[in-house]
Amino acid sequence: MRIRRTQWVIALAASLTMVLTACGGGENQLDSGGNEVQVNQDAQFPEGSTMARVQSDGITIGTKFDQPLFGLKGLDDKPQGFDVEIAKIIAGKMGIQPDQIEWVETPSATREEVIEQGKVDMVVATYTINDERAERISFAGPYYEAGQDLMVKADNQTITGPDSLRASGARVCTVSGSTPAEEIRKYVDPANLVLFDVYSKCADALRTGQVDAVTTDNVILLGLVEKSNGEFKLLEKPFTEEPYGVGIKKGDTQFCEFIHQSLTEAAEEGSYAKAWEATAGTVSEQTPELPQFGPCR
Amino acid sequence: MDVIVENLPMYLDGVRVTLLICLYAAVLALVLGTLMASFRVSPLPPLRGAGASWVTIFRNCPLTVVLFFMAFGLPEIGLNGSYFWFGTVGLALYTSAFVCEALRSGINAVPAGQAEAARAVGLDFSQTLSLVVLPQAVRTVIPPLGNVYIAMIKNSAIVGAFGVGGDLFAVGTTLTSARGEAALPVLTGVVIGYLIITIPAGLLLGVVERKVAIAR
Repeated sequence: MRIRRTQWVIALAASLTMVLTACGGGENQLDSGGNEVQVNQDAQFPEGSTMARVQSDGITIGTKFDQPLFGLKGLDDKPQGFDVEIAKIIAGKMGIQPDQIEWVETPSATREEVIEQGKVDMVVATYTINDERAERISFAGPYYEAGQDLMVKADNQTITGPDSLRASGARVCTVSGSTPAEEIRKYVDPANLVLFDVYSKCADALRTGQVDAVTTDNVILLGLVEKSNGEFKLLEKPFTEEPYGVGIKKGDTQFCEFIHQSLTEAAEEGSYAKAWEATAGTVSEQTPELPQFGPCR
Repeated sequence: MDVIVENLPMYLDGVRVTLLICLYAAVLALVLGTLMASFRVSPLPPLRGAGASWVTIFRNCPLTVVLFFMAFGLPEIGLNGSYFWFGTVGLALYTSAFVCEALRSGINAVPAGQAEAARAVGLDFSQTLSLVVLPQAVRTVIPPLGNVYIAMIKNSAIVGAFGVGGDLFAVGTTLTSARGEAALPVLTGVVIGYLIITIPAGLLLGVVERKVAIAR
């Protein structure tokens, strides 16, 4: 009886240690996601501007909580990713510490509403700049140019880009009803197009060899590549343009110009590249250049 | 309603794919269902057990789960194939359990004297079943069998979520979410498409019922 109890204690201690070390590992990972941001303590802004307002009232930023490497909320309740880093850089230029930022989840469907209703001061959430959205809100940026890309098995040599798909008779998977699904129809026959409701099913089909490639925006694929333990790779040859902007209240050109200036400075200081390398750069080898900004409207 | 007219080829193609899935699945389900029903009433306990297990598994598993196992379980054990066939066979397996039970209820409805008379004139079990009992059983279960098949046609909308492309429901998804068409007219078109398949099927079953029904 005594022996058995001792065994219990040992087993319990062992499993506890394992749980704790597992947690520790997670923390380290999370630490690497959040790099240091310069905070401009003595920033001065004209009265009545958005910058002056958030300086005194605090800032609320919308991002995604379910987009790995761009905006993903972990167990520690803090979102992480490239979008989050960009937001931290902009907030830092206004003298706001990263831990003073209030984060709000803004999935694709609600982004315009929360900006219009003033629930957030800005949205950095893999937010593609397009004309319909620009009618309701203003965009600063783009700060990153995403694009539709292809993900294949790491040892695949035959698929080199969208043009090689038809020739090799490759079966391609994406999500039904999405824009990438329409775009890829130019490159594959309908019989070779496989559609699921979520990307994880596509990833599974790629793993078991039911399809040869998965296509959608490169930022989504980066997240899938990260989770595949080296089984998949990204071609890194985007064939559409999805410029990601910072969503702000319609017509706030002052704030828009400030964001542009912040991003330009970040690129010069190297914090833009650092933000990438700490997040999406852990999977993608190519550090992007800061794209040409659009006009502030 | 312009969207239906403008995308008519897409809709027709959707009807064609759905019809094809349903035809293959209906035939396969009828064959499997009949086999399982004969297992369930056979005198051999192992066969009865096999039939009962089949029905228990496929009747009590949601179709989504059956299809999930077809589409993601089979490739896992190295069985790769087209999603069209995974979906069609999954639908057939699921439907076969209901076909089996409908047939069994028909078999139970055949008076025991029929089977006893067949045995008395020297027919063995399979002859009794195929020559005497089943023909009578099938004629009594046309209405429930019809329900099973109409349910199957509607269930076929789910295969679109498991990689089978281009079926009628998938056409609706493509038009609404990717091309940004208004949902109501698009889905009205989808409904019309399903009605084009199910109403004639129902009418056909009515005709068959009138022709073969037996008064008892």
